[in-house]
Amino acid sequence: MFDQPVNNLVEVSDLKMYFPIYTGIFRRHTGDVKAVDGVSFNIREGETLGLVGESGCGKSTVGRALLRLYEPTAGSVMISGENIATLDSEALRKKRPTMQMVFQDPQASLNPRMTLADIISEPLIEHTDWPVERRLERVLELMDAVGLNRRFANRFPHEFSGGQRQRIGIARALALNPKFIVCDEPIAALDVSIQAQVVNLLEDLQTRLGLTYLFISHDLSMVRHIADRVAVMYLGRIAELSPRDELFAKPLHPYAEALLSAVNEPDPNRARRERIILQGDVPSPANPPKGCNFCTRCPKAFARCHQEKPELVEVEPGRQVACFLYEDKKPAVSIGRPEAKTEHNQQGETL
Amino acid sequence: MPDGAMPVLDVKGLKTVFRTRGGEVHAVNSVSFHLERGELLGVVGESGSGKSVTMMSLIGLLPSPPAEIREGQVLLGTTDLLKISDADLRDIRGARVGFVFQDPMTSLNPVFNIGFQIMEPLRRHMGLDKPQARARAIELLELVGIPDAANRLNNYPHQFSGGMRQRVMIAIALACDPDVLIADEPTTALDVTIQAQILELVKDLRQKLGMAIIWITHDLGVIAAIADRVMVMYGGQIVEQAPVKDLFANPQHPYTRALLKTIPSISGKREARLQVIEGQPPIISAAPSACSFRARCGHAFQLCQAENPLRRAVGGGAVDQGHDVACHWTPEGKDV
Repeated sequence: MFDQPVNNLVEVSDLKMYFPIYTGIFRRHTGDVKAVDGVSFNIREGETLGLVGESGCGKSTVGRALLRLYEPTAGSVMISGENIATLDSEALRKKRPTMQMVFQDPQASLNPRMTLADIISEPLIEHTDWPVERRLERVLELMDAVGLNRRFANRFPHEFSGGQRQRIGIARALALNPKFIVCDEPIAALDVSIQAQVVNLLEDLQTRLGLTYLFISHDLSMVRHIADRVAVMYLGRIAELSPRDELFAKPLHPYAEALLSAVNEPDPNRARRERIILQGDVPSPANPPKGCNFCTRCPKAFARCHQEKPELVEVEPGRQVACFLYEDKKPAVSIGRPEAKTEHNQQGETL
Repeated sequence: MPDGAMPVLDVKGLKTVFRTRGGEVHAVNSVSFHLERGELLGVVGESGSGKSVTMMSLIGLLPSPPAEIREGQVLLGTTDLLKISDADLRDIRGARVGFVFQDPMTSLNPVFNIGFQIMEPLRRHMGLDKPQARARAIELLELVGIPDAANRLNNYPHQFSGGMRQRVMIAIALACDPDVLIADEPTTALDVTIQAQILELVKDLRQKLGMAIIWITHDLGVIAAIADRVMVMYGGQIVEQAPVKDLFANPQHPYTRALLKTIPSISGKREARLQVIEGQPPIISAAPSACSFRARCGHAFQLCQAENPLRRAVGGGAVDQGHDVACHWTPEGKDV
């Protein structure tokens, strides 16, 4: 993990995912929920990119749009050189084995009527023409890999605990030897003592199989543990994208700073320090504020923040921040699109 | 803790059993604790450790059957809550004991406006008339930091955000000036920045109102931030109890120690690998005759199999006063 290859496995540029709002008796299209509004990042081969943010910031939507579980509104998602966002359905199907997902809720993502062996072999039936024996062999191999006892192959999901169910979900994702796995809050539904087991498993598999992860989570301490680089999202946009150590040592974006300050450390001396308490709630993504999305809660906002949207630019080597506070540090490379400086409100009128 | 002062709440030997088709589940086993006036007692444990069931048993919130409170005494002042009638209990719930539940969406009634729901306990328990109750409701909403309180009384729960709904829940719980506030995972469903707001509010309210709070959570970080004293529960029993600083500085029970190590920190040294607690939490189907943690414990020895450890004071003193632990093993002089 530490001798980072420079090859980008995933390149996302200006990804947008809008969910339309229809109102009135004619169900007219009157606006959009801008769940993801222009997100660009790369994931290097073999690395773990952490994606953090509060509920509703669009982090899960990014994960799903990346694998085209949603049809992205705009933007491109290159996974090993192919644009996932525009592939036709047959080509996409061929591509599926290389990219998989581990879902948050291990209860809801496993079919209660299928046995463990059925669940794990389903991707094999779909994508290979292997005979039954070979499939079963692969299933047992996968069960070993994720630490499930081979005797459990004919049991049903309800017979397992939460942590074990998450292992089943991981085994299913691994069935076709993927390169890239989106982990969407894989530990959020688990107890603390079980979380560590699953995270260690994910790390072991990464080392052994050379996997690349997008690790979506709201748990900053766990992201610090597992991720190499971390992207902090707020209201559909990336506020900061930095290497893990730099981000946790000194967050640059005011939102990243507030988010880290809000985390309670299991240590009474440090947990009682002064924190940055953000006022108010996250605005609705259907009607984001004009200017910077964070300007309504930002303690450091100034006039310009209410007028223009800051772009994600590199302000220090490897660190990208979308904030006007760092404008003076010369942007080495602009990552975002060259944006037209006009703002649209949700009715689509130019302001 | 002031000596000699009567605790607000004194629980002795509480046992709660669920009767299910698959046999009995001993969810709470001989739990004893007390709560001082003005104190914030944190209760930590994983799901199924019995922390919520304990607190719900106290004030008769568990449906019976299947739940059955077998033994114990719950003294609120001088009244034993397990002995009084349902009608008397109803007079206490909401008036002398307030609750805040985990999910503010499902614990508020969606078809009544917020004003009605805050005024309900005021009129039921304090006999206020409508205008009085309304005035008090506005006061309460202002207390918990909801702007434009007078107008928001007419709003329905869906018109509030998660954090605001939790503030409303807290306002309802505080309506009748309870002696004890029981908060069951009140910030678990909230985002970290909103959680920070609520924790700040609770700290503030404690200073203003001085009630005793029982705060149930699985998040040791929250405990570290607000609790005075902590109880750690495992398998339906209290395995360790200590003032917050002692617990984090000098954890005694192997479970507490392991729990503290499994949580990665956001500052300080980054561990290459997370410590894990192997195995699963137990389901206790009989009154325990052995330590319930022994199967997952790295220090277990013969005695752990033979005998359920009782709570013993750490470094002298009485159980449930300073620092106590229910474990046969002592960490002193041993490297862990």
